[in-house]
Parts: sequence; C-alpha cells; structure tokens
Amino acid sequence: MWRWLLALALCLSPMLARSAPVVVASKNFTESYVLAEIATQLLNARGIEARHQRGLGGTKICFDALTAGEIMLYPEYSGTIRTAILDLADNSELSPALAAIDLEMLSPLGFNNTYVLAMRDDVARARGIKAISDLSEQRDLRIALSHEFRARNDGWPALAEHYRLSLATVGIEHGLAYQALAASEIDMTDAYSTDGELATADLVLLADDQHFFPAYDAVWLARTDTPAEVRAVLAELANSIDESAMQRLNAAALQTNQSIERVAADFLNARGLTENLSGSAAPTLWSTLLDNTLRHVLLTGVAVALAAIVGLGATVIVQPFPRAARALLSVCSLLQTIPSIALLALMIPLFGIGVVPAMVALFLYALLPIIRASLTALDAIEPVHKIVAESLGMTNAQQRRYVLIPLAMPHILSGLRTAAVISIGTATLAAFVGAGGLGQPIVTGLALNDTQLILQGAIPAAGLAVLTDLAFDALETQLIPAHLRR
Amino acid sequence: MTAPASGTAVHLDEVGVSIQDETILSDLSLEVADGACVAVIGASGSGKSTLLRLINGMQRPTRGRVLRAGRDVADLSTQTLCQQTGYALQQIGLFPHLTVADNIGLPLKLAGVNPTEREHRVTDLAERLGLTAAQLARYPHGLSGGQQQRAGLCRAVILEPAVLLLDEAFSGLDAITRNEALAVFADFQSSRRFATIMVTHDLNEARKIADWLVVLEAGRIVRQGPRDDVLTDPRHPYATALIEAFR
Repeated sequence: MWRWLLALALCLSPMLARSAPVVVASKNFTESYVLAEIATQLLNARGIEARHQRGLGGTKICFDALTAGEIMLYPEYSGTIRTAILDLADNSELSPALAAIDLEMLSPLGFNNTYVLAMRDDVARARGIKAISDLSEQRDLRIALSHEFRARNDGWPALAEHYRLSLATVGIEHGLAYQALAASEIDMTDAYSTDGELATADLVLLADDQHFFPAYDAVWLARTDTPAEVRAVLAELANSIDESAMQRLNAAALQTNQSIERVAADFLNARGLTENLSGSAAPTLWSTLLDNTLRHVLLTGVAVALAAIVGLGATVIVQPFPRAARALLSVCSLLQTIPSIALLALMIPLFGIGVVPAMVALFLYALLPIIRASLTALDAIEPVHKIVAESLGMTNAQQRRYVLIPLAMPHILSGLRTAAVISIGTATLAAFVGAGGLGQPIVTGLALNDTQLILQGAIPAAGLAVLTDLAFDALETQLIPAHLRR
Repeated sequence: MTAPASGTAVHLDEVGVSIQDETILSDLSLEVADGACVAVIGASGSGKSTLLRLINGMQRPTRGRVLRAGRDVADLSTQTLCQQTGYALQQIGLFPHLTVADNIGLPLKLAGVNPTEREHRVTDLAERLGLTAAQLARYPHGLSGGQQQRAGLCRAVILEPAVLLLDEAFSGLDAITRNEALAVFADFQSSRRFATIMVTHDLNEARKIADWLVVLEAGRIVRQGPRDDVLTDPRHPYATALIEAFR
C-alpha cells in the first residue's frame, strides 16, 4: 500500500514542480488562444522560455491565477478589466487600480473587440444604411440578437434608447446568427467586432457614430514583476493587430485542420517578426489521446483513492457518534452544492493552477458519495451482529475488520463506484484550471466550434466511465459473496 | 455476604442493575457450579438477558459483585470476560459474509490459531453437534433454522469456554427441531465441564436440560432450587402459575 503511494508520489512530483518558464495563459475562446500562442512563440523565438497555458476557464480563473503568480500574463480587454474585474466607472482609473494589486496593462495590441451590429451587405446597400443612427428611420428590419446582448442593461435596451430606435427584435444563439444571416432568414445581428465569421461573410458593420459602445481594447494584463526582457518582446507586438487582422486570425483558427500553433507561426512569419517558424509540430492524434487519457486517469484515480482513504477513515471514526456523523455529512453536502467550476476557481488562490487544485476539488467532490454510502451501511448493520461481535471478545479494531466493514462492503463499493464515475465526468472541467486531461480537447473544441475535437475528449471519457463501472463489477465479484451483491 | 465455594464458575452476590433510574435487576444472589446447567425462567422483560450479560461483562452491576471462578469481574475487561464465555442467542447472528465454517472458526482465528488446526477443530466440533462438511462449506442462508442454531452453538463453544450463556437459544425453532437440538446439546454438555446458564420463557426447555431452576419475576429471584424441588414445590405464586401453565 505505502509502496504504491510512494510510487504514485514519484510519478506526480515532476508534474507538481513549479516550472521556471514564463507562463502565458489564455481564456477558453479562440481569440484568446491565438493571442497567447503568438506571444508564447515570439518569446521562445527571442530565447525566453515560455509556455502557453491554454484555455483557463474564464476571466475569474485567469485573474486569480495571475494574482497568485501562477501565470505571468494573459490577453484581456480594457472594458472587461474595468467592469468585470475592478468594477470602475471610468477607464482613467484603470492603471492606478491595477497598480494597487501589483498588476498592469502592457502595450495594447491595436484592436478594439467591442460589440458591433452586423447587417447583410445587400440589405444595407438597398436601404442606404451605413451607421447605427441610420436605423432610427427603419421599421421592418428582421433583427435577431444574442440573448445576453438583448437582455443586458448596457446592451440593446440602452442602445435603442441612445439612438432612439423603435425596432422589434428576437433572441438567437450567437453561433447560429451567422447561419441565419447567410440564409437570409434575418437582416441584422449583434457581434464581436473581431469575430472570424465577419471576415468571411458578406456583412457590413454599422458605424457606432454616436460612440455608444465602450472600448474593449485588447491588452496584455500582466504582473508588475514581469521581467524587462519579456516586456521588450511584447512591445514588438504593440499595435500590430487591427480589427480586420484579428478577424482573419480568428477565421483561420476556426478552420478545421488548422492548429492554433500554425496560425500563430504564420502570423509571426508574415509580419517578419520571425523567420520560418513552423509552429510546434502538432502531436499525433493517438499520442495526444493517450496523454489526455492518462492524465485523466491520474487526476480521478488519485482524487478518488485519497477520498476513499480519508472518507472511510472519517466514517469509521465518527460513526459511533450520531451528531458528529450528521455534521460530517452536512459539511460534505455543502461542498457538493458548490458548482464544480466555482469550486475549481476557489482552489486557485490556495493551490495555484494545474493538477493539484483539480485533484483537491475532485477529492472534495468524491467525499460525499463515499462517506454517505459507508455511514448508511454501518448504521444499517443489524444490532445482533454487533452484539455477537462484542460477545466474541473482539477489540474495536477487530470488530471493524472482521465484521463491520465486510458487512458494509456492498454499500461502500457502490459509494466508491458513484464517486469514481462522477469524478471522471467532473474531471473534464479540470482543463479550466490548466490540469489537462480529456477536458482539454472538449474545452478547446467548444471554443473552436470543432465537433471532432470535442469527441476526442467526450468519447474516451465515456469509455473510461464504462470501464470503471466494469472494474467495480469485477471488484464486487472478488470482495462480496454472490448472495450479498446488490 | 456469602463466600464463594470452590468449584464455583459464576457467583452473583446481591447484584442489582439500574439503567437510567430504572431498576432492571435487584438483590440477585446465585451460584453456578462448574459443569452445572442452570435455567433462568421468566416472562419477557423480567431481566433475563441483562442477567446473562452480567456474566460476560457486557453489562456491569450497579450494586453487588459478580465473581467468575472467584475473581471479581470488576477487575476484568469485557473483552477478556467475553473471550472466556460462550454466548448463543435466539437471533443466532451468524455473519452472512462468512461461510458456516468461517463463522464457527472466527473465535479461533481471533485467538491466533493456525488455519489447519482451525479447520480440524471446526470439523470435529461441528460433527459432534450434527453438522456435515457440506453444510460447513455453505453460507448461513443456505442452512435451515435448526442447522443455523447448531452453527451458532458451535461458534459459542469452539474456544471451550468455562461458561456458556444461552439466551433463548432454542426458542426460534419449531417443536420437533427444538427437541432434537436440546437432546444433542444435553449430550454434548454432559461430556464437557463448562457451566451453562440458559434463560428461557419455556419451562419445558428448562426441564429437559437444567439441573437447577431459577424463577425470575420483575428483576427479582422469587424461587430457586434443584429442578425437581422447584417443580414439585414452587412456593411462590408466580412460580406456581408458571409451572401450572406448562403442566
């Protein structure tokens, strides 16, 4: 047992060791991937070892990882920093507020990824519409807006009031809006100004002639302890990407068979920042699959094994005391009510990003099914068996070993089975905190709208769950006599 | 206070038990000689099971003393006392996850007896009490009620304890099976030197194997003596009624 744990610790240790290279992170959407990859490749080309921590699960997780020193920088937007992170009224307060928490914005990238209104080219031309103010004369446009933009206070309602528009709108999923435009089902939708689709479709962007939308200037959000040589390299990228360039990069990344690495390398070569950069050779499908699967097994295996040891130990200790047992169950149930992505985010200030916070979160999630099942099982043991065990002169330890735990085993195993299967599913979210595993292709695939990539994570994850179930069947056969199996 | 006679396996000396202000047993005095078989008869709730547990330490006296072979049980741990005492009860309590042989052999395993000798002793004893090798290999649910009862009895005596406690151990069986079991037990008991204290609500059961009868009513001994004396001269109204009921 101990030998096994030691071996496991040895396997884990290289993964746990803090790495020296500059860590550039990205959020889980295409544009963030591309920008972070460009910075990473350029840093490496300039002889500064850098690593791209791809697809952390959103603004909060990136920000927490940044303040915890787990990453050095990531691409962010001034509007997001102002509203979502710092909650400031005015862009002018941005820099001092960031400095107060040892962060700063490095050189801007040169584009503003704000909301825009995109209209079919033919409709705009026929009606002579060039700017948003031209819409005030219109009455019968077919407008479909993404749900969030349509509902947000600073979205369509405020825009319509600002420009005095009286137009009917319907809600639509943003990803579907481009198809609806192409099929001429609708005339206009809202978009992000750098959406890759805008570069390819026959659409015009209406000018925000009365400056309603705030600026979402792309910048590097970085720690103030970022070394000067890193700053110097990033300065080479200053104002090097405008809206249409970013649109083209996003469009290229959205094409299947076009890796993010390739898109970034092509950009750097084309701009003359690098020569003949190839983009790191993409690993083959099978080796990636194997890596992700092994990482996934490691994440869930260690988490569930630790939860089993701690959970069963705690159960055995508290079970004789009903109040303590109830308290323990309540704590575990409480943990379970925290949404998994939030629990992962909570782990970052404590454990940084990567395998450890994911394992801790999975461990906490696995505790409840294990503890609940084993407590119930121990409580359900018939009193006569406890009386007999005592009357045979057994010590408490002997009673547990020879009577209580074997009698509780069917329930304990089903608790472990539930914990293991749930963990395999939940562990796909671990990619959001940079822990890798089968969630990595799923998260990336969702961001790139790449079904093939999603399946590369989803299918092995489902397979693992089925295998785990079968393994528990075999374990039951080994440990429990046939007449006691459930 | 009476001094314990030599050869006394169990001696209860003016023992009382109260649990949370409720008096369960009071003023019990009883001597059980080595090899004797004592039957304690009484209605349910008269404190019979508590009396038995005083002897293996699972219940401690509130008043008075309990002596085992002259030693006060206050000086002995429950675990030690239990290891020296066989205990069989109506619900039997064979462990469903162990085969019958493993159930019977469990006390030997706990005592550190090696597997070969364990198997040997289990087979011998089981044969003596009428269980076959095939029955030993099964799990408890594969045995009839009477066979399970015998297995429970085997487990209780496998360590050859000085004292055997039977708590309504034969009550769950039908009349014919019970008679067979009682006959097998009486035969077995007479060949060994352990003292038996059985509690039962069934006078017929007591009459068949006990040489000393104790009548318990509401936690007090109302009559005790050699079997035939008590049967012919009950003296106490409750004892009289009990004997009348089984005539």
